[in-house]
Amino acid sequence: MDMWMKIASAAILGFMLWRLWPAANHWMKHGPKGSKKDWQTAIIALAAVVGFVILLIMMVR
Amino acid sequence: MDNYGQVVTGRESALATNKVLRNTYILLSMSLIFSAAVSMAVGISQGMALVSMIAAIVLVWFVLPKFENSAAGIAVVFAFTGLMGLSIGPMLAYYLAIPGGSNIVMTALGGTGVIFLGLSGYALTTKKDFSFMGGFLFVGLMVVFGAALLNIFLSIPALSLAVSGGVILLMSGLILFDTSRIINGGETNYIRATVGLYLNIHNLFVHLLHLLSVFTGGDD
Repeated sequence: MDMWMKIASAAILGFMLWRLWPAANHWMKHGPKGSKKDWQTAIIALAAVVGFVILLIMMVR
Repeated sequence: MDNYGQVVTGRESALATNKVLRNTYILLSMSLIFSAAVSMAVGISQGMALVSMIAAIVLVWFVLPKFENSAAGIAVVFAFTGLMGLSIGPMLAYYLAIPGGSNIVMTALGGTGVIFLGLSGYALTTKKDFSFMGGFLFVGLMVVFGAALLNIFLSIPALSLAVSGGVILLMSGLILFDTSRIINGGETNYIRATVGLYLNIHNLFVHLLHLLSVFTGGDD
């Protein structure tokens, strides 16, 4: 990658970080908190995604 | 009489939610087809792809908020998704040119579809409110953006792999989060909802493609 493209990509990511910070801060401070059961429900779904991605990797290898 | 009023209000709310959901999925499917067509039809350089991405970011952050409550917002969504499609054109051309690349691209495409439909179906059938994941997802996004920023200059293959894995997990979480916000009335604007879900699918596809190509030796 050319240096100017690296700098432009870094500037985009830096700008996204700067724009994302207020939303992240808001959700951390004022967002609803989940119970252990809520997190279990989410983790089951995300674990299924991880398993599916591993399956896809095995398929293409 | 009070009970009747509550039933009517509840029904109206459910109808409004169904309308937002239906409009979101219609606009999302149309914009995905448009984006895919643009990415395959128009061949541009890497530099132009970066310019397209910058233009897409400008549209979504500075132009869309002004038009999100009017019909003009739909045109902005198509302009945004067209530019996003344009920005992945060179990457797709690269993967399709390597041996076995078309297989990787089709697997990533199918995998993205299965993950999106599976997670959306999960959120729709359970009707669970996943808004408690907001803090975790936004902080996670900041961490992966920070790591990706560092890796632009460090170019560490393992970190690139970790970023892709992290983005896949975060986009999966965001599909649950965004869909449950539509179902539970947290998001009432279908134009905003479409852009959110489109970004989740776009990032999921790009990073799944990267992950699959790394494990097949097609990328570093």
